[in-house]
Amino acid sequence: MAIEIAQGLPGNERRKLLDIWETAPGLYGWLATVDHKKIGVRYLCTAFFFLIIGGVEALTMRIQLAQPGLKLLSPEAYNQLFSMHGVTMIFLYALPMLSGFSNYLWPLLLGSRDMAFPRLNALSYWVYLFAGIFLYISFPLGQAPDGGWFNYVPNTELQYDPGINIDIYSLGLIFLGISTVVGSANFVVTLLRCRAPGMSVNRLPILVWGTLTASVANLLAVPAVSLACFLLWMDRRYYTHFYVISGGGQPLLWQHLFWIFGHPWVYALVLPGMGIVSDALPVFCRRPLVGYTLVAISTVSTMILGFGVWVHHMFATGLPIVALSFFSAASFVIAIPSAIAVFSWIATIWTGRPQFKTPFLFFAGFVLLFVIGGVSGFMTASVALDWQLTDTYFIVAHLHYVLLGINVFPVVGGIHFWFPKITGRMMDERLGKWTFWTMFVGFNLAFFPMHLIGLMGMPRRVYTYSAELGVGGHNLLISFGAFLFAAGILLLLINIIRSRTVGAIAGSNPWDAPTLEWSVSSPPPPYNFAVIPVVASRHPLWEDRLDETADRSTIHHGLVLDDGKETVGITVLDAEPDVILKMPGDSLLPLLAALGMTVIFSGMLLINYLIVAAGAVWTGLVLLVWLAPRDHASAERPAVYG
Amino acid sequence: MADIHLSEISLPVGGQEQISTRWWGMMCLIATEGILFVYLIFAYAYLGSQSPGTWPPTGPPSLYLSAPDTIVLIVSSFLLGWGVRKGVSRARLQLALAGTFMLGVVFLVVQGFEWAAKPFMLKTNAYSAIYFTLTGFHMVHVAAGLLMLLVLLGWSVNGRLAHHPECAALGALYWHFVDVVWFAVFTAIYLVPRFS
Repeated sequence: MAIEIAQGLPGNERRKLLDIWETAPGLYGWLATVDHKKIGVRYLCTAFFFLIIGGVEALTMRIQLAQPGLKLLSPEAYNQLFSMHGVTMIFLYALPMLSGFSNYLWPLLLGSRDMAFPRLNALSYWVYLFAGIFLYISFPLGQAPDGGWFNYVPNTELQYDPGINIDIYSLGLIFLGISTVVGSANFVVTLLRCRAPGMSVNRLPILVWGTLTASVANLLAVPAVSLACFLLWMDRRYYTHFYVISGGGQPLLWQHLFWIFGHPWVYALVLPGMGIVSDALPVFCRRPLVGYTLVAISTVSTMILGFGVWVHHMFATGLPIVALSFFSAASFVIAIPSAIAVFSWIATIWTGRPQFKTPFLFFAGFVLLFVIGGVSGFMTASVALDWQLTDTYFIVAHLHYVLLGINVFPVVGGIHFWFPKITGRMMDERLGKWTFWTMFVGFNLAFFPMHLIGLMGMPRRVYTYSAELGVGGHNLLISFGAFLFAAGILLLLINIIRSRTVGAIAGSNPWDAPTLEWSVSSPPPPYNFAVIPVVASRHPLWEDRLDETADRSTIHHGLVLDDGKETVGITVLDAEPDVILKMPGDSLLPLLAALGMTVIFSGMLLINYLIVAAGAVWTGLVLLVWLAPRDHASAERPAVYG
Repeated sequence: MADIHLSEISLPVGGQEQISTRWWGMMCLIATEGILFVYLIFAYAYLGSQSPGTWPPTGPPSLYLSAPDTIVLIVSSFLLGWGVRKGVSRARLQLALAGTFMLGVVFLVVQGFEWAAKPFMLKTNAYSAIYFTLTGFHMVHVAAGLLMLLVLLGWSVNGRLAHHPECAALGALYWHFVDVVWFAVFTAIYLVPRFS
């Protein structure tokens, strides 16, 4: 597709930038690219693939549960299915999908040419891919992880769960944690250093706030689960006594470490999704977001509070009542920042002129689902009620309302919204509306009755139930809803595949949206911005219309950086340019490093120290080449504006 | 134009310290590794607080080897700090890197003796498990730091560091971090049991 000339730079200058920034053609380029847009799309596609896998697992379970007493699946197979469903959706779909959006969008939103560490970005993707495969290698052997996604000990100790199932889980999550942590570090440093001049903290899109908050939280939370998994692996393979009562170990240590990670993680799965809505919903209301500052603050404060609520997953474990009261109160308080965001969205719709396009439907639907999931969360924050509800389908209903409601619906809305930017073509609007209504109806049919059967006493994670419980009809309806929801996902897939080739040509700004990514062509050129723009407001493309101040962003004039791969670094708060950052070109190092790590973790799985050592030496040598300093032509250069 | 005033100014390329992205990357690494040790010490404290018998089961560990070893590590940090200051000669940098490396090796060797002298094995009980794991994690970090010092020394000798003093500064930052972590680990494992 022809790249439109959206920026006023002569053709030969664009040619030069293209030569500098374009990924090499062929297989080499495919393996070596560090372009954040390509990596972002890879994240999106891989995460979508895992969404489908996890979905098929869920549908299989729903067939088994459609009627009481069915024997389609053995209890062992059912355990593996619900465990892999949870692991897949929570670890391999939900966060990577959001990372895909952020990888693709951040530099475009921020007015930069790439992320702070492009090679680290590629490493993060490759490690994610290999860790995902690692978690699935034993699935065909019927030896997949089977301890649920939170894998409670002592049930998962060697004594009760021999085989490699749980070792796959433990090592796989540690491996995947590397991807999450390096990806998060990249987002944090990108935010601190790689923005356009003038993109000060009070002008950041909310998606950036959401991903930043999630990334800081990941840096601080992921080591908890990596450690928990490592200790479990030690217990299983080196006979230590971390979680085994007999030698003075404590099973509850697992739960503490897991949920210290787990609850911030849940917010990491939703805050960027809320950010997608906060940025894209106003476009369809034809006005800026109501209460930008409050929403930004509530995003950050949700996460801060989120670090102090982990015990609400452990109300039924017999902890002292003082501890329960504290964590119960903290869990109630989280409703406040959430409510602020909800009222901001409602006020944005209320005071705007809503256009009922497909993305709007998904975002508005999200608000409703968020409220339902939030209310059921508020209910379970109460210790007394939680004792009745814990381990029943009520919890299943709650967690699916929040995770699908706040992650899947914004994500699908976001796909419809940014698809034109990514591919240059619009998605089909009619099919999109069908997708929404199928998904929305299917979702509520599948998950709302779960509240009721939970209250009626149906326990979660049991492979069947007896007819006397009287929930056979409900379960049939739930299974029907699940398949309807899946049909919606299928419609989405069809729409994506069709629109890629036959969709209407989008142009650079089909939704008439205000942020920087819409100022460049669709799809954007490899260098993103021909000149580095200077940002003067939160809505660079709506300035004439809003006319809040006399200042105007300049998108067609700015820093010309064409002496090799370069972008500008800025001061943290005020976004004044203070350095020219050299960016690395195509490189196989990330792939090689990820392969080395795969060897290490495979060696650990086999308890073969030779393989571990070989992988470690390999990875170390790759890192040595990676980190070796390279000389620049000059230490200082005049900044040229054009 | 906004509150940003663009003029024909000179900008550094790549940049040093807080201006470079590498410095911030190192800060992220330190943050995430630092919190890992917080969780390890949390696990130690949790197991201790829930322990049915005395904690540690064999009484507070001896300071006979660990206290001098701690001093070795602290001295190494000061030595490295002395060597990576701005504008120092290459010889001084190399001397500091080599000296720090040797002090680090001494630390690890003494730790090895400390481990060998323990009356328990990894799988004896919860205390032995967390003792070896916590100190072992730290030793792995010291070993990684030693490799880094060696690489920096090599780069300094072949002249790669001439235009990149920030690499040595970043290496030093990591080494200081490893030392600070040891101080926390030492306090938790060796000192706290004496006062409780």
